[in-house]
Amino acid sequence: MSQTTSAPLDTSPPILPSYTDLPFYRKQVRIALKNCGIIDPKNIDEYLARDGYRALSKALVELTPDDVIGIMKDSGLRGRGGAGFSTGIKWEFCRRSRATPKFVICNADEGDPGAFMDRSILEGDPHSLIEGMTIAAYAIGAADGYIYCRAEYPLAIAHLKNAIAQAQEYGLLGENILGTEFSFHLYIKEGAGAFVCGEETALMASIEGRRGEPRPRPPFPAVSGLWHKPSNVNNVKSYAMAPQIVLNGAEWFNSIGTQKSPGTAIFAITGKINNTGLIEVPMGIQLREIIYDIGGGIPDNKTFKAVQTGGPLGGCLPESALDTPVDFDSLVEAGATMGSGGMIVIDEDTCMVEFARYFLIFASAESCGKCVPCRVGGQRLLEALTRITEGKGTREDLDEIEYISRNMKEGSLCALGQLTPGPVLAALRFFREEYEAHIYEQKCPARVCKGLITFSIIADKCEGCMICIRNCASGAISGAKREPHTIDIERCTRCGLCATVCKFDAILIE
Amino acid sequence: MPRFSKPEDLYQYSDELKKNLAASGVDQPVITVGMGTCGLAAGAGEIYKAIHAELAKHKLKAIVRSVGCIGLCVKEPLVDIQLTGKPRITYTNITPAQVPRLIDEHVIQGQVVMEWAIGSIPTDW
Repeated sequence: MSQTTSAPLDTSPPILPSYTDLPFYRKQVRIALKNCGIIDPKNIDEYLARDGYRALSKALVELTPDDVIGIMKDSGLRGRGGAGFSTGIKWEFCRRSRATPKFVICNADEGDPGAFMDRSILEGDPHSLIEGMTIAAYAIGAADGYIYCRAEYPLAIAHLKNAIAQAQEYGLLGENILGTEFSFHLYIKEGAGAFVCGEETALMASIEGRRGEPRPRPPFPAVSGLWHKPSNVNNVKSYAMAPQIVLNGAEWFNSIGTQKSPGTAIFAITGKINNTGLIEVPMGIQLREIIYDIGGGIPDNKTFKAVQTGGPLGGCLPESALDTPVDFDSLVEAGATMGSGGMIVIDEDTCMVEFARYFLIFASAESCGKCVPCRVGGQRLLEALTRITEGKGTREDLDEIEYISRNMKEGSLCALGQLTPGPVLAALRFFREEYEAHIYEQKCPARVCKGLITFSIIADKCEGCMICIRNCASGAISGAKREPHTIDIERCTRCGLCATVCKFDAILIE
Repeated sequence: MPRFSKPEDLYQYSDELKKNLAASGVDQPVITVGMGTCGLAAGAGEIYKAIHAELAKHKLKAIVRSVGCIGLCVKEPLVDIQLTGKPRITYTNITPAQVPRLIDEHVIQGQVVMEWAIGSIPTDW
């Protein structure tokens, strides 16, 4: 804490690394996150100083709507919400629809547990979304747009409202943008937080003031969307990338990433990883590079077990899949999905059955209930998994899981029901032995499932300090001071508190 | 407050903004606090207050601004300090108790507090 630890600013070469040399940032390529954390999102001037709204101006002055669509198609940008459909082709479908008026809609209903990509862009660089949506509106011929964002993102909504007001004042949004004939108005619709409202037809129903339930497609929104009018729905990240693509050209964009998945992918990396954070990497990077080079590996010297991509509807991949390149197609081939950008790292202390069950609880609770495969199937799957974690599972349960999953995939109305079995199936594919250990050996290899573990005290290690006795809420531990204690299995609730407080590693869980 | 009635207005205005930045038109220290949801959850709101209090104590003029998430959520709260014409230095996991030393050593004396710093943000990044 002395002056000797301080260095003069002018020391050359600089002792402090540049961000570009930090392991966390070295492999990143920031397009949609270009301004996040750099500019003050509440001040439009800071966005303008970094070429903000130049792409819009270029589009309005130099390009026809068809030119813009051509650039987007040539760039190869695929929808960053997760489905990976060509953004340019989507815009073109909407442009070609004859009915008017048309709408531009942003899906900012980010609901995956542990995901915060869209929120970070909305909070940190709201103008990039506004500019992207305005360019889209020009391309497809829309005069009004909606941003559908969940009310539980108050800061994001505050920054968006502020940014919309500023853009209007500057003449960059509203009537006669930049003095041209083109006008575009943008509105925010705050959602109540139902997961299914991230599905585009449910999202539009919610904007219309109806119950957030999906409907069959076709007709797709480009033909009949909001109020039965042609509508273009994209994710926040897709819109946020559009200005950069228009400004720098399609070739610049598709020189990054892979041939079939150009550009960058944005991930919120969380779970058992040292560098929890938000990253933007070129497509084609290996999962291993993300987890070890950028993420800094697994904390506390634990062993990597799996990584979940695609959120609660995605899948988890084992160690053997870590060399998989990250792009839309390779991840699906490997057994997971790209999804919207959630990435959860799991270590040896996580039970894969319990992990799948956790996300199944989420997905089945979020089912809107409209179609039977999702409403009933999710519930039955959950019951089967619960039986397995309680040690009451049978061989028939595994068959039933596969049978229900197949039917949900084929019979559900929307992606929520179709993909709900995904995590369970992926876990069964890569971690089947863990499921079988629960069923046939009545064992939870990760020692998590309470119905399958017992606590005991290793007499040789126990110093008789009584700390576990004092902490045990169910009074299951007994013993005299300086004598080895014992646990009454009948009274033990397997809360694990004794193992946490024991200073001598004397609690055995098996 | 400009209102652009033609694209040239926008170009002229943003070129002016860029020129000011490049010429270090900012003659005060700039202190930046990461105040996205991740920063606020880690206590950035307290840091923001502490910085203002410390600046007032020393009667210092500085621009204190808040930004969104730069990605390194695990190191929040993040505080960047940039003196005129010098690199923007990032400090990690800052607590209100650390603020007085940051202001004293970096802002007043111009010395980077190396043990709390992680790196510098290139201007063209």
